[in-house]
Amino acid sequence: MSGFSDNIMRLSGRMLSQYPAQRDWDGKLTRAPHPGIIPTCSIVTLSDNLPKQEIMKWNGWGYSDSKFLYNKKGQAEFTGKRYRLSGMIIPGLREWMESTFGANLQHKTPAAPILNSSAVQPPTLNEAFLKELKSTGIPFSHDAEDRVFRSHGHCLHEIFALREGKIGRVPDLVVWPNCHNDVVKIVELACKHNVCLMPYGGGTSVSSALECPPEETRSIVSLDTSQMNRILWIDEKNLTAHVEAGIVGQDLERLLNESGYCTGHEPDSMEFSSLGGWVATRASGMKKNIYGNIEDLVVHIKMVTPQGVIEKSCQGPRMSTGPDVHHFIMGSEGTLGVVTEVTMKIRPMPEYQKYGSVVFPNFEMGVACLREVARQRCAPASIRLMDNEQFKFGHALKPQVSSIFTSFLDGLKKFYITKFKGFDPNRLCVATLLFEGDREKVLQHEKQVYDIAAKFGGLAAGEDNGQRGYMLTFVIAYLRDLGMDYYVIGESFETSVPWDRVLDICRNVKARIVRECKDKGVQFPPLSTCRVTQTYDAGACVYFYFAFNYRGLSDPVHVYEQVEHAAREEILANGGSLSHHHGVGKLRKEWMRETISSVGMGMLKSVKDYVDPNNIFGNRNLL
Amino acid sequence: TSVVVLVVLRTASLKDEEEFTDILEERRRTTDLGYALRTFNPQPYKGAPYSSTSDLKKAVLESQYLRYIIALETGSSVEKVRQEARGILEEMSHNLQLGFIRLMAYTVNKVFKRLFRSIYVNMEGLNMLQQAIQESPVILMPNHRSYVDFLIVSFILFTYDIPIPVIAAGIPLASMKVVGEILRRSGAFFIRRAIGSDKLYWAVLSEYVRTIVRTGCAPLEFYVEGFRSRTLKSVVPKLGMMDMVLEPYFKGEVFDITLVPISISYDRVVEESLLALELLGVPKPKESTTGLFKASRVLQEDYGCMHVNFGRPLSVRQLCEGKINRSEYNLIPRDLPQRPSTEIQDCVNWVAHLIVRTQEEGSLISPWSLMACLLLQAPITTLTEEGLQWHGLTEKTLWLRKLVLDFRGRLNWPAHTPDSDVMSSTVALHHSIVHHKAGRVCLVQDGDPASQDPLSPEEGVMRTAAAVLMLVSYRNQALHVFVRPGILATAIHITKSTQKDELFSFFCFLRDVFANEFIFIPGRASQDFDEACSLLQKCGAVHMSEQEVTVLETGLEVLSFLQKLLQPFLDSYQLIFRYLCENGAHVFTEKQFLPAVQNLATKLILSGDLHTFEVLSSDTQKNVLSALRRLEAVTKLRAGLYITQKELLGGSIPTRFPLC
Repeated sequence: MSGFSDNIMRLSGRMLSQYPAQRDWDGKLTRAPHPGIIPTCSIVTLSDNLPKQEIMKWNGWGYSDSKFLYNKKGQAEFTGKRYRLSGMIIPGLREWMESTFGANLQHKTPAAPILNSSAVQPPTLNEAFLKELKSTGIPFSHDAEDRVFRSHGHCLHEIFALREGKIGRVPDLVVWPNCHNDVVKIVELACKHNVCLMPYGGGTSVSSALECPPEETRSIVSLDTSQMNRILWIDEKNLTAHVEAGIVGQDLERLLNESGYCTGHEPDSMEFSSLGGWVATRASGMKKNIYGNIEDLVVHIKMVTPQGVIEKSCQGPRMSTGPDVHHFIMGSEGTLGVVTEVTMKIRPMPEYQKYGSVVFPNFEMGVACLREVARQRCAPASIRLMDNEQFKFGHALKPQVSSIFTSFLDGLKKFYITKFKGFDPNRLCVATLLFEGDREKVLQHEKQVYDIAAKFGGLAAGEDNGQRGYMLTFVIAYLRDLGMDYYVIGESFETSVPWDRVLDICRNVKARIVRECKDKGVQFPPLSTCRVTQTYDAGACVYFYFAFNYRGLSDPVHVYEQVEHAAREEILANGGSLSHHHGVGKLRKEWMRETISSVGMGMLKSVKDYVDPNNIFGNRNLL
Repeated sequence: TSVVVLVVLRTASLKDEEEFTDILEERRRTTDLGYALRTFNPQPYKGAPYSSTSDLKKAVLESQYLRYIIALETGSSVEKVRQEARGILEEMSHNLQLGFIRLMAYTVNKVFKRLFRSIYVNMEGLNMLQQAIQESPVILMPNHRSYVDFLIVSFILFTYDIPIPVIAAGIPLASMKVVGEILRRSGAFFIRRAIGSDKLYWAVLSEYVRTIVRTGCAPLEFYVEGFRSRTLKSVVPKLGMMDMVLEPYFKGEVFDITLVPISISYDRVVEESLLALELLGVPKPKESTTGLFKASRVLQEDYGCMHVNFGRPLSVRQLCEGKINRSEYNLIPRDLPQRPSTEIQDCVNWVAHLIVRTQEEGSLISPWSLMACLLLQAPITTLTEEGLQWHGLTEKTLWLRKLVLDFRGRLNWPAHTPDSDVMSSTVALHHSIVHHKAGRVCLVQDGDPASQDPLSPEEGVMRTAAAVLMLVSYRNQALHVFVRPGILATAIHITKSTQKDELFSFFCFLRDVFANEFIFIPGRASQDFDEACSLLQKCGAVHMSEQEVTVLETGLEVLSFLQKLLQPFLDSYQLIFRYLCENGAHVFTEKQFLPAVQNLATKLILSGDLHTFEVLSSDTQKNVLSALRRLEAVTKLRAGLYITQKELLGGSIPTRFPLC
């Protein structure tokens, strides 16, 4: 076992030291747990208290040391050392930004550099609660910075306000329980003193779920689960692991990898999002085709509620014991209690991994191919289809190539596809693939998928393109911060939709965004792009990116919100779901009733009323 | 949405005549061959990948929808049904080819230069169309007043480098030798008449139409009125085609659809005399190629000018906002054959009416139409015998011109020409209907030479009727401007009331009764009433207060004109109501009904008890029957057989319908 593990670390290490010249000619496992991120020792030692915010931006995405900027020569570069793109020049980005958005390096909109603590309202403290809390010895803080850090997720309006130095209602207190029993104590005290609790995991919410309800008059306590980040045990006989819910994705994978295992759950936010958050929002991972979504991965959940602790009595793999109570917990978005411990399925690490990509003459052919792959149930670990705009976007992020040979090769590829094969560069689109498993099977699988693709006019376009496609996922949020420095604001949102609707919803939602922007007085055509990012038997998950240049608008965030609202209406009118994995939060609450019917709402309400009659978990998400 | 309607109608009606360009002018300066061979390189719909006619047919035959339908057809084998569907599609399909477009353009160009002095087109409308065609699938919706306009839109689009449309046509055109094939290759596709309950035919047709819209492979042109209006009056829209065209939007298969109403107006309609005869029951000649050549004598005549007014492109998405909920298709496969919800049906009906109203607003009223309105208000004997005073007619026409402008009508009155010249050249153009001699204007009656056997009194009535109905059709071209204030004037005249609510209720009643006769947008009764009030107020006919409408001394002329304008409709409807009430027969066939009404009317005209010839028109008779069916006073038992609902007919309608 340990030999295997060593081997992996060695291979990963090689990948690191050899990048960027690193290539994966023979498809050996040459990969960190995920494509863009280098597993540095960025994760602070687990005993260190309140670590995270020290190395994170307070008003933008991710690590403070990692960001896009334009250097003195006006070239885009990505700073830091954490990512494969770090320290590199990205020559195409500037032109892409200028031509796509009409942005201009002369027109800057810098963010407020530091948090002005005086802008933060003094905390409303419940003295009796505080007194008893002190006696438990659980760490807490009412420092302004700590509170502000936990007052938001990453919706555009939240980050925009922070950049402008505007601070709304923030939690009055932050507590850091260290284990399940700490949480039990905190919840008991909160009930006793009628304090509002808001669980906080990784803070990557994009549904306004972490926003403090402005109408809340009680003291709001943010319950930060980050210190509950241990793997408590690994059961190799049943292939399960029992994990504290505050662990973040990359730590969980890294620690399991050390023992030769993985969960395979890789949501795009996995660097920062936590296990508890995944459970609370019904998260989905990129490799769900092999490992399943969070509801497939979870075997047992422990949650602390105002009524006590809820958990099952055994770990049977499936039960017929009435409605599955796990499904009250999954997707409850912090309205019922705090998830403290989870037993998850684990898998031996895959022997072999290989990226791939396929270029299609147009999006329609690409969707038809994905549908066929789903029909044959032979989807690779991940298969994503980017539309033409997103393909160009990905292309603009290509780092500077060092050798003349590579750029010559690129030119040749482009010539082959556009001239020889007659693909229209303004219509073609690309599917990115990730295969995983034992070598023999991966190669076999790969052939099967490429054969299907060929039937839809698809041409294999190499591993590089595939890998870069996945990298885009991790840097996109950093790119938004760059955009916001230059009058560009944007966001992503997602839905799931039956197969026969995929093309229609993609076209209609993109067109709706363009039309709404025009109607709302946006001066430049917006970026409106999508990808089919997951496939299922009966449908697919579609992910949209939307951004625009807001120069000339007096209230850009309001315009942005109106357009996003219209886009969601369009999604619903086209048979799409309210959310595939981002959740509802407060951002999409207004559509819940039409989504699940009045009776459905009543069911959820009655659960809430029983579990938390005094609305201690008062973040007001979902219902 | 009422704001949308207002904007749509206003913008359609607020354009200057100066914006029209005579497109024949350039054609007369260049060679016909050179024109037909010009480079044609239009900008197509950007969302449409190229698809050939065979791709289109294949897509239709292989559609999931048709597979469902075929599976539902019982009685014969699947292969047989599929074969049948293929046959239907072959009969239907267009076969648009650029070579034939050139041939068509060459021929049409020659014919048009012969027939018309000018063809005026509004360039702004064309520019908007050109833009719209690139954005989303476009539906061209012209009115249809003459066979001549069948290819006019294709001709114009060819001239201005805009994609050529495929056009819905009646199947009789397809059976014309050679010409049918030329039309097919110029983009026509053919629809059977009386499809009835042939489900397979409906299915193939609707899938064909939807596929054209969905793929946006070519603009689609069809007549929402369903057929050529024999009366030159707008026809209540047919909904079948409209429904097929809009469905891809309702089901989210396209982001939007653009509707372009097109108003085609003629100074003089080529088929004018045929139309009147047809309305009187003389059957129309079957469409045939030899017939077409025989008709070539019409090429010797002067038909004045033609105006083609391309309306502002309308976004279906915008029109339907708030009217429908597209998510009603979320829980069933969209290909599954199903009846549209009432919400959808109402919306389709509303859009169709809005389009016809917009066509009306966009059409141009000629001086001749105004004269026809006035001539018809003179006693018939004056027209047929001593004639109407030229001087008086001129004065009255000029008065009416002002009224039309007050009512925001669009006039086609030649600028920079003395009014007297306009009047006399107008009468000269219409020498087949009236002649002007010694200061008087008389009606021309066909077959005049008195050498033949003297006509029976009944034949005399029919002869006069033929001439009058020609006049009527030109009056009808102006009717849409007057209808709303006209109904209010009638309501004032009949109720003698000044109370606004009382007038409104009678206004609604008349609007309801005449809903098959004039175009009223459903659900807009109060807006129509408000419009009528404001127009009458604007021209100084009435004074309005919160509760009351008072007639002003100065307004008597206007009110009397309007009321007389609609009088023939009241008389005709009343006569038929009376016939049905008094004639004890509860069950009647359409075959009996039409001649019986005609006989009764002829008798009453001869006895001097009826002053309108319009009830002799089969169009009027059919409209009354449809109105009665809509009002549930008459029920259809089966094809051609009806039963009167005595309690209804004896109840509210005749009692409220005045005997005046």
